[in-house]
Amino acid sequence: MTEQSHPDPRTPKTGNASLLSKARATKPGETYGVPGQGDTLWLSVLSIFGIIFVWWLFTFMGWVKPLFLPSPQAVLAKFIQVWNEGFTNTPLHEHVAISAARVFGAFILACLVGIPLGIAMGMSPVVRGIFDPPIEFYRPIPPLAYLPLIIIWFGIGETSKVLLIFLSVLAPVALGARSGVKSAAIEQIHAAYSFGASRWQVMRHVILPSALPEILTAMRIGIGFGWTTLVAAEMVAATKGLGYMVLTASQFLQTSTVIMGIIVIAVIAYAFDMLMRWIERKVVPWKGRM
Amino acid sequence: MGLNIKEASVIYPSADARPPVEALREINLEILQDDFVVALGASGCGKSTLLSLIAGFLAPTSGEICLDGAIVRGPGADRAVVFQKHALMPWLNVLDNVAFGLKLQGVAEAKRYEVARNFINLLGLADFENSRVYNLSGGMQQRVGIARALTCDPKILLMDEPLGALDALTREKAQELILNIWHRTSKSVLFITHSVEEALFMGTKLIVMSPRPGRIRHRFDLPFSRQFLTGTPAREVKASREFIALREEVLKIIFADEEAAA
Repeated sequence: MTEQSHPDPRTPKTGNASLLSKARATKPGETYGVPGQGDTLWLSVLSIFGIIFVWWLFTFMGWVKPLFLPSPQAVLAKFIQVWNEGFTNTPLHEHVAISAARVFGAFILACLVGIPLGIAMGMSPVVRGIFDPPIEFYRPIPPLAYLPLIIIWFGIGETSKVLLIFLSVLAPVALGARSGVKSAAIEQIHAAYSFGASRWQVMRHVILPSALPEILTAMRIGIGFGWTTLVAAEMVAATKGLGYMVLTASQFLQTSTVIMGIIVIAVIAYAFDMLMRWIERKVVPWKGRM
Repeated sequence: MGLNIKEASVIYPSADARPPVEALREINLEILQDDFVVALGASGCGKSTLLSLIAGFLAPTSGEICLDGAIVRGPGADRAVVFQKHALMPWLNVLDNVAFGLKLQGVAEAKRYEVARNFINLLGLADFENSRVYNLSGGMQQRVGIARALTCDPKILLMDEPLGALDALTREKAQELILNIWHRTSKSVLFITHSVEEALFMGTKLIVMSPRPGRIRHRFDLPFSRQFLTGTPAREVKASREFIALREEVLKIIFADEEAAA
């Protein structure tokens, strides 16, 4: 029998693989059996530098042509060049500013509309009945698919660009607020009513605060959709913006500018997500704890 | 005066091809001031339905519930509810949780904090005024819930298995605390529990309910809480021959009901 002469490869006795497959005792301060505990900062830093290193290695060794993958140094140099000289006669900070204005403007509008709409959908079968079909209908459609319609209806100006991003943020924010309404425990609602609360007071003092964690999560997801729609929004008749920059550069095979633009978008989105996480910790510290 | 339940029945309408459920049949119950009524019974005997009925969350199918002569038509601040769990607001600290009912009633901040602090002190929570409720133990969270219920000066306290989620030791201490508070505030209480020992120790009146349909099958007058309040230690009360004899009698009734239903 071969099984007897070879140890089973699925259950190694030592090595890192055993950490993944086997339960082991925890250190003081950790909880036994809860997956996913532990600090990830250093691993994340290592991961970023690892990716940059592999990237550098591929270009340094000449395994990939610069047309397909420019070196990290080239991308950095391009960043400095565009920073100093601009792209298509527009300084980089203006590209950043106009894109941020479009994304954050659309995001704020989507929150102002989507959060009350979602709450109303959660609270009222009438509102839910009216708005559920249209939202669920357009939600899975890629923005690129309805971009032509929006341009036909609203022209090629700023309205269409903001509207496209607005629509992509609206659905996740509204749906998050809608499901957040269900977060309040029936005991909390009954407690408020037993003190003589009105329906409005129950909404204001019980439903809304308990929906807050889910609304904040929905906002984080929503702004992500906003950034992913940016390039589509700046496809038609834009002369400024990060999406415009990436698209134009790709048409001229300026791969280093494409990668630089992608990294700038990612850094802004990531920084904003960190801000949202910080707000979450400050505003809803009880999240997941009761 | 006091709380009067007259011939109250509750029938839940049929749903999902199941027949209608008769949750309560012709309940008659009177709870006077100073009464500590404990409702005991197997699961499904309608204890919680009875409490929802008095709280006003649920309307009776027939019969009526009167509080001091006025018919109960919905929830109101004259009847305070203490829940088993999940009823505190985690976004508020202890002080604001206790003052929550007063805030809903539009009491000004200074006044409601003053009242809330009285009850926080009464329940022994003075050092935890600014604590977040999710950082408190289960026993302390229940004390916050009790303090909150007392702030609006209700005529009756409705307690729905308030100690059900506590460990045995905390539970015994909480029983004594609730009796002392009841004695000091002289509210009437309806207290629901699964524990026969808790029921006998705490109540002045015991109703034993039986399931399908929920009815009150037996009523007892109880002396034990008075014994405790006049100085006999709790464990001594619970170990007395009289207490144990009644405990076994009540347990026999409940087990017989359970078998009849099965």
